[in-house]
Amino acid sequence: MLQLPILQVLLPLLAAPVCLAFNKEALAWLIAIAAAIGATITSVMLLVMVMQGGPISYHMGGWPALIGIEYRIDVLSAWLLVIVSTLGAVMLVPARACAIREIEPSQRVYFFVTYLLCLAALLGIISSGDLFNIFVFLEISALSSYILIAMGKDRMALVASIRYLVLGTIGATFILIGIGLLYSKTGTLNIKDLSLQLREVEGSRTVLTAFCFLAIGTMLKLALFPLHVWLPNAYTYAPSIVSAFLAATATKTALYLLIRLCYSVFGETLQDGVLPLEEVLLALGILGIFAGSLMAAAQTNLKRMFAYSSVAQIGFMVLGLGLASAAGLTATLIHIFNHALMKGALFLALAGLVYRIGDVRLSDMAGLGRAMPLTFAAIVIGGLSLIGVPLTAGFISKWYLVQATLEQDMWWLTVVILLGSLLTGLYIFRVIEAAWFRDSGTKQVSEAPLIILLPTWLLVGANIYFGLDASLSISVSEAAAMYLMGTSP
Amino acid sequence: MFDLWLQLLILLPFATAAIVLTLGRFPNIREALSLGAGVMLIGIALWVYSNMGEMALVSIVWAEPVPGLSLSFKLDELGMLFILVATVLWPITTLYAIGYMRAHNEPRQTTFFAWFAIAIGSTLAIALAANLFTLFVFYEVLTLSTYPLVTHGRDEAAKKGGRTYLMILLGTSITFLLPAIIGTWVMAGSLDFKEGGVFAADASVVQISVLLALFVVGIGKAAIMPFHRWLPAAMVAPTPVSALLHAVAVVKAGAFAMLKVCALIFGLDLLALLPASTWLAYLAALSIVIASVIALREDNLKRRLAYSTIGQLNYITLGALLATSSAFVGSAMHIAMHAFAKITLFFCAGAILVVSHKTRVSELTGLGRRMPLTMIAFFIGSLGIVGVPPTGGTWSKWYLLMGTLDSGQWVLAIALMLSSLLSIVYLLAIPVRAFLPTGSETEAGWIPERMSPMLLAILLTSIATITLFFFPQTVFELASAIVPAGGGHGR
Repeated sequence: MLQLPILQVLLPLLAAPVCLAFNKEALAWLIAIAAAIGATITSVMLLVMVMQGGPISYHMGGWPALIGIEYRIDVLSAWLLVIVSTLGAVMLVPARACAIREIEPSQRVYFFVTYLLCLAALLGIISSGDLFNIFVFLEISALSSYILIAMGKDRMALVASIRYLVLGTIGATFILIGIGLLYSKTGTLNIKDLSLQLREVEGSRTVLTAFCFLAIGTMLKLALFPLHVWLPNAYTYAPSIVSAFLAATATKTALYLLIRLCYSVFGETLQDGVLPLEEVLLALGILGIFAGSLMAAAQTNLKRMFAYSSVAQIGFMVLGLGLASAAGLTATLIHIFNHALMKGALFLALAGLVYRIGDVRLSDMAGLGRAMPLTFAAIVIGGLSLIGVPLTAGFISKWYLVQATLEQDMWWLTVVILLGSLLTGLYIFRVIEAAWFRDSGTKQVSEAPLIILLPTWLLVGANIYFGLDASLSISVSEAAAMYLMGTSP
Repeated sequence: MFDLWLQLLILLPFATAAIVLTLGRFPNIREALSLGAGVMLIGIALWVYSNMGEMALVSIVWAEPVPGLSLSFKLDELGMLFILVATVLWPITTLYAIGYMRAHNEPRQTTFFAWFAIAIGSTLAIALAANLFTLFVFYEVLTLSTYPLVTHGRDEAAKKGGRTYLMILLGTSITFLLPAIIGTWVMAGSLDFKEGGVFAADASVVQISVLLALFVVGIGKAAIMPFHRWLPAAMVAPTPVSALLHAVAVVKAGAFAMLKVCALIFGLDLLALLPASTWLAYLAALSIVIASVIALREDNLKRRLAYSTIGQLNYITLGALLATSSAFVGSAMHIAMHAFAKITLFFCAGAILVVSHKTRVSELTGLGRRMPLTMIAFFIGSLGIVGVPPTGGTWSKWYLLMGTLDSGQWVLAIALMLSSLLSIVYLLAIPVRAFLPTGSETEAGWIPERMSPMLLAILLTSIATITLFFFPQTVFELASAIVPAGGGHGR
């Protein structure tokens, strides 16, 4: 029990070299799944413990916090751990089948190794209570995702990866500068200590500058409009399972970091409107919703369409954050979870399509609704959830977001949210129309293999379940929001 | 025990859809099953009707996704009326559809019957909805499940019609209806249908008026202008779809939602006080007149019927907004009366298409000789829409007219009469033209019409239209139960 708060990071981190040592594809796959499931179980146990007994602090190697590295699990991090590790585990199940289609045989073991490193790093970012430690994990996750993206079949994958690398490195540099400035001012990197020290130096320009660097660096990692330019290509050309994994986990982790910075690290420093943070977040959120949705509607490649859709959905999440209320934060946290479910389901369904027909252009979808009914039913339900239709998880997010805007009498934001949903409907409809109108002609296509269909439908089922009974996602998100607002009233 | 029967009303059609999908290779069994399920559903509906006292006490909760927002069902008189209309007409339409789809050699019949059953299931769920949230959910399910039916032809015309259909119905419900529901939730704190309305007595008149306007234009299925274009667009669908869904289930779901919102969210007393309801009633009256004029000029038979439906739907909206008790009773009765008359007309239009491949009114001259029974049925259906004896439409039109006179709205009364006059021209002219001599000597003598499932369905609904003139009691009782006691005019 004592070592629990580090297990979720350690398991995938140690499993990676083990995979490499065996150097057998099937074995690497099984080890990866086992490690991810282990991480998931640990995360769930942590969530239960935190919900009952409050935050857990773990001191690496037994060294006390300010000397050693502290891992700190509160409701927010436990919730994100559960989301990321669960999705990470689910995506691994079809990973081998997809890898066989899309990744060179010589690279498949490395694929699992890198995947595990990326998962470990994402979980590390969420678990760590030390800003520099977070930066290190952020870099591990970034480097491993560059590799994962570059494994794509298309030669453009390399370009996408390089582009992401350049922008990601700029983001990382911003974050490092921010951390440096903070350290120069306070002499500490422990988040809890930092938040205490920052109260002393209120009004310091260095601190505000540090925040700006950190926030912009994080927004780049988050792919918040207009810093999203790396994302569409990366998701389009990456192997499908990597797109699914990154879409469901990586942006969520970046958003976690932004929330952590705004509430746990800076908190009071940002009070009294020293920075127009709320206005900026609201503006970027709204722009992201419209720009992302419109761009998505204009795409002819489904992966790119859903990549732009992610930009729009990130807009929704940041919108909730920009409301700066417990209700808004709750809506954001609920949407982080629900969006992971819907985008996971959608990208997995796309993986099934890639497995069968090798491509996901809209023009290739003609008549496939008939040939692959289960895959397309998954896309339809995932799409409905994305729109926010009642009885799907997406509705719960939208409902809470709308409530949060109404609580502050921001009617126009309600209209923005509803229009955003309408635009989402527009591009989902294009897919459906393409799949059911026009006949496929002569080519014979069969349904995606069971190993891809099962996890897809697991996530589709989760979309429906958490649309009918959202008590888990609501109660945990509310608890996390209350906790964050409580620490920085 | 009683809750089981109510749930069965909703679940049976959905179960039928699932089974139908597995029976694709056995068309006979598939259609026998559809028909059997329809007859069973009538049985259940009648059983529910005969035990209404107990059934109305049951409330069923399926899920509660967010605290306060539940998917729940409860039976009331208005819902019972809608259930009876929909369940009685489903098997008749199935009978008709079997004849029509086979005569036309339509492809994809299995999915057709499955989506059809799902649409009926959602219609019944709308009829039983205990709150606005449940109503909204199944209202959307109904839109989505009818989209594959509208686009059944899969050609360019179907694609275009389907786009208009989906865009207007989803567009109005997301941009107007959903904000109206959210606004109701914020102002009243509840979405449950409640006698006398949910708003507090001191609620702001301006805000309530805005909500009412949002509801009236947001319930796009009730086709108030300028949000009516989806209905003519939906006419690309096979005729059985136009008949049951776009003369009964879908459009009446809109009318039904309008009545529910007016009576049980706003309350008739509150509605009578709002100046906005009069203005919206004028918009409805304008829609009635414009729709009638367009119908007059429309040569395509199905589109003419669609514009006639738009006019008749706005009668219902108008009656609900007037908020006098006789207007409201008239509106509620019109749900049933118009349903039987209009479905007869659509059935006839489909039969004409199958037998003579004619879609235009101007081509129908002399067709009465080949299809005398069909044309007589068309005549009866037309009388039902115009609202003259011996058809059920007489009663609903009578109450509606009384209601407009009660409220002293002379202009509205004139609009109603004008539209009735126009409908005499655009509907009754069709059977008259059909029985005119063609002038050519080749088509001499009467050719007896062959008995077919389609003709049987046509006869059943036209007989029902006449029966409702002589026995309107059931419809009247169900329609007037919701109106405050003592307010209703005796017959």
